[in-house]
Amino acid sequence: MALKQKIGNVCHAFFGDSVRAFGVVSIVFLLLLAIAPAKNYFSEWRHYQKGYVKLIRTRSDAVTLQRHFTPGLQQIWIPDLAVVDRCTSCHSGLKEASLSDVGTQPFAKHPVIPHTLDQFGCVVCHRGQGAATTVSEAHRSTLAWEQPILPTRYVQSSCGECHRDRLTGTPQLNQGRKLISGYGCVHCHTVKQPDGGVMTPSDDPPSLKRIATKTTREWIYAWLKDPQGYSSLATMPNFKLSDDDLRDISAFLIAQSELPGKSDAPQVTPASMQDATTQQAAASLYGQSFCASCHAVQNAAGNMVGGDMGPELTKVGSKVKPDWLAQWLRNPLAYDPDTRMPHYRFSEKEIALLTGFLGAKTDSDLLANVHLEPATQEQIAHGKTLVGDYGCASCHEINGIKRPENFAPELTRIGSKPVSQLLFLTGMNKELPDYIYNKVKQPRAFAPGLKMPQYTFTPAQLDAITTALLAQNDRAFSMPTTLRVAAAPPSHYSPAGKAGQLMNDLRCFSCHSINGRGGDMAPDLTWEGTSVQRQWLVDFLKNPNTLRPALIRRMPKFNLSDSEITLLTDYMMTVYQTPSFDREWQPYAAPTPTLVEQGRQLFYSKYSCQSCHIVDTKKDKGYIGPTLSQVGGRLTAAWIYHWLKDPQSLRPGTIEPNQHISNEDAGALTAFLMSQKGGASQKSAVASAAKTRTAAGAGGQK
Amino acid sequence: MISILRKPLSTSVQQRSMSAKMLGIAMIVAGAVLLLGSSGCARHQKKAQQQAPQGTAFGAAIVEVSGGKQVTASGTALSQPIVVQVNDEQGTAVPGAAVSFRGAHDVSFDPPSGVTDSSGQFTTTVTLGESAGRYQISAVTTTKANKQVELKLDEIALGYQQVVGQRLNEQYCDRCHNQESSAEKVSNYDNLEVKPHAFVDGETLNKMSDADLTAIIGHGGPALNKSAQMPPYGYTLSKSEIQALIAYIREISDPPYRTPGTVYAKN
Repeated sequence: MALKQKIGNVCHAFFGDSVRAFGVVSIVFLLLLAIAPAKNYFSEWRHYQKGYVKLIRTRSDAVTLQRHFTPGLQQIWIPDLAVVDRCTSCHSGLKEASLSDVGTQPFAKHPVIPHTLDQFGCVVCHRGQGAATTVSEAHRSTLAWEQPILPTRYVQSSCGECHRDRLTGTPQLNQGRKLISGYGCVHCHTVKQPDGGVMTPSDDPPSLKRIATKTTREWIYAWLKDPQGYSSLATMPNFKLSDDDLRDISAFLIAQSELPGKSDAPQVTPASMQDATTQQAAASLYGQSFCASCHAVQNAAGNMVGGDMGPELTKVGSKVKPDWLAQWLRNPLAYDPDTRMPHYRFSEKEIALLTGFLGAKTDSDLLANVHLEPATQEQIAHGKTLVGDYGCASCHEINGIKRPENFAPELTRIGSKPVSQLLFLTGMNKELPDYIYNKVKQPRAFAPGLKMPQYTFTPAQLDAITTALLAQNDRAFSMPTTLRVAAAPPSHYSPAGKAGQLMNDLRCFSCHSINGRGGDMAPDLTWEGTSVQRQWLVDFLKNPNTLRPALIRRMPKFNLSDSEITLLTDYMMTVYQTPSFDREWQPYAAPTPTLVEQGRQLFYSKYSCQSCHIVDTKKDKGYIGPTLSQVGGRLTAAWIYHWLKDPQSLRPGTIEPNQHISNEDAGALTAFLMSQKGGASQKSAVASAAKTRTAAGAGGQK
Repeated sequence: MISILRKPLSTSVQQRSMSAKMLGIAMIVAGAVLLLGSSGCARHQKKAQQQAPQGTAFGAAIVEVSGGKQVTASGTALSQPIVVQVNDEQGTAVPGAAVSFRGAHDVSFDPPSGVTDSSGQFTTTVTLGESAGRYQISAVTTTKANKQVELKLDEIALGYQQVVGQRLNEQYCDRCHNQESSAEKVSNYDNLEVKPHAFVDGETLNKMSDADLTAIIGHGGPALNKSAQMPPYGYTLSKSEIQALIAYIREISDPPYRTPGTVYAKN
């Protein structure tokens, strides 16, 4: 009762008569009206701008900073890129170089990048909602706007929207693209590029059409069960097959294979490794042939020693059949015309030695538990179905199974896939980058029965792949074409004629690059004809030796015949010449002793070339450039002179800097270097360098 | 009637101006309450997340095994995990001691806390924050006396420019300026009569101005009366590449490099 009376009193006090009521209603109305300006007044961005003003007031360059600062809502508008970014309303100090020590957001300075804010705005690289004016709407996905901020660890993906080339500053993106090609992801997934191209695989999965001649069903079983168990370097993923499936697939792969035909090749009896002398001879042949340049072997200490171009050979004896191995060593191209392994010209005795040597590299545990009954027709048929289901033929050539088209989902625009279309695992951060990362990390975890196999990527590799995939987004396709930077066009250079056939046979392009095609393990040979003297090239092909004291990998000896060497030398000397200068230009080839002495002075004092090069093998110790003690017999005077003038123009990216050497100095240095015809001391330098190398390598490689 | 009307109106005008003030104050109070509430909430959540597993043993000290002073691009994981070890007073490793990691708000640890293994060590993978710069990471363990002992580690995150510098360093500088030698990459350091400075050598390099570094990289050692064994790279690298290299050198410097404040010319 009392309460009712109280309420009545209050009502009366406010709404007692029309005048009071009018007054109160106006107050309420005005209060309501004040909400909008108040909301504006207390908005987040004003709060941050106040914070910024407070921050810069304490700085030594406060006046400059205050002059740069404009209060109020800021906006970057770039119609061409559909950019309306208001991020700079809160991030006020982005352009202030003097704020580099400020670590707290939103006041930190933007790190130095090659583009400016006014050119590209913010969301082109960072994603998020540019038009939003509150932190949560700008940074996180909301009901209306789905694009959250891209975590910095993946920000390089945004560079990839325009850049197809390899940028120095985006190692993660470059690595991701390399992995996608190198692990053959694009065998199954189509990844189209904005410029109309398609990503191509760079791996070379072996053809399985003649697998029965190469290996046994037991090995296939063990390999498929756990590829990394056979070789930790294997790129083949684990399909997590059941034992029955393994039995049937191995049965089918053997059944579909062509059988070894009758060959005219001589029978090889692998050399026995019981005898210490034979074993030593075999090991030294393995070393001299520089098999380790491409193939790794696990040493006793458990370290991988050798390159990764070819398969690891630690357990190769448990894998390949001796007959196949002998045939392969005789000419690998006969079995696989696309292999990167060169056709060594081994003698029959050498083949026997190497077959025995490699055949002894076995692992008794590998096949110990694999016992297979002869396969039934049903098992083979089931194996064939499985091979089709798992898309094995996307990568490998298999008899009777066509390569499936579009076997897996296309990933052309995976970086713009709406989160609402994704299925997340429980406990997972529900954002696209996390989805891609985890999908690549453990594809089978997302649903039972998925086909994508299990790869063994490290977290850094997963980040790199995620970065490269996030670059495949809608924006990349809608960017103005003028902004696109194309990748270096792939070179399809192929040398012509008989010499071309020989170079193909020797697989020169596996290591050397010529006219933009080839590997980067060995020097670029595009201008080899201008650079070296004919006789040196002949001698080198007969008996290659390393030019660089601190290099492990070396050119193998191919046992070329004299006529092959002549053919190769003639071709290289004629065709691989630079148009910039004439190799016969040699005013410094036979110089006066005074000029040579002058060059020596320059070499040792003004230019300190001995920091990187060895001329006097007893005194000099430079390990970076090639040894120059015999350079007068190796290079042409014209090459040395022009190289000294501008090394980068002859070999882009070489560590030797352009020193703007005057013509006179370059002439004297050329004269001095041309006088270095070498002596007996060459060997000792290489030997001492080898010692250092062993010492340095003692800690183990890889 | 008019006079009667006027009076309340004037009061209502007064009331309005007052009410605007009141509203402002009320909003401030409400805002403050909201803000406090939400931040309190966040703090509370964080605490819940960081609920460290209880250790069964206690150490007296925590030391670094490996993983300090690494360099990575901002926002990415350090290539090597951080391994710390808890020791007792005698310096022997203590298994089963609780360890937790802390860092700036956007540094993440996987796992953020746990107990030491049988060899008294605890390993965590660290992802550094979004902005480039130095990050201090601390590993904490509790002693028997319920005192916290802390180990501080510095890690460095590189921005775009510094990543470019890092790459250029690997291509052009590292072979001489880095003493570490491996079979794949043999160092030339030992072969040089005048020893080059390691880029982390802050004691020396911090004393050199950006202009000095630009001169020595661009024109070689003789530009600053130093050895000609440092060749000029000014005709090989672009200006922005040299700047990137300097930015990298400054970032990894130990002790850290401080930007000189604005210098005004004296009259």
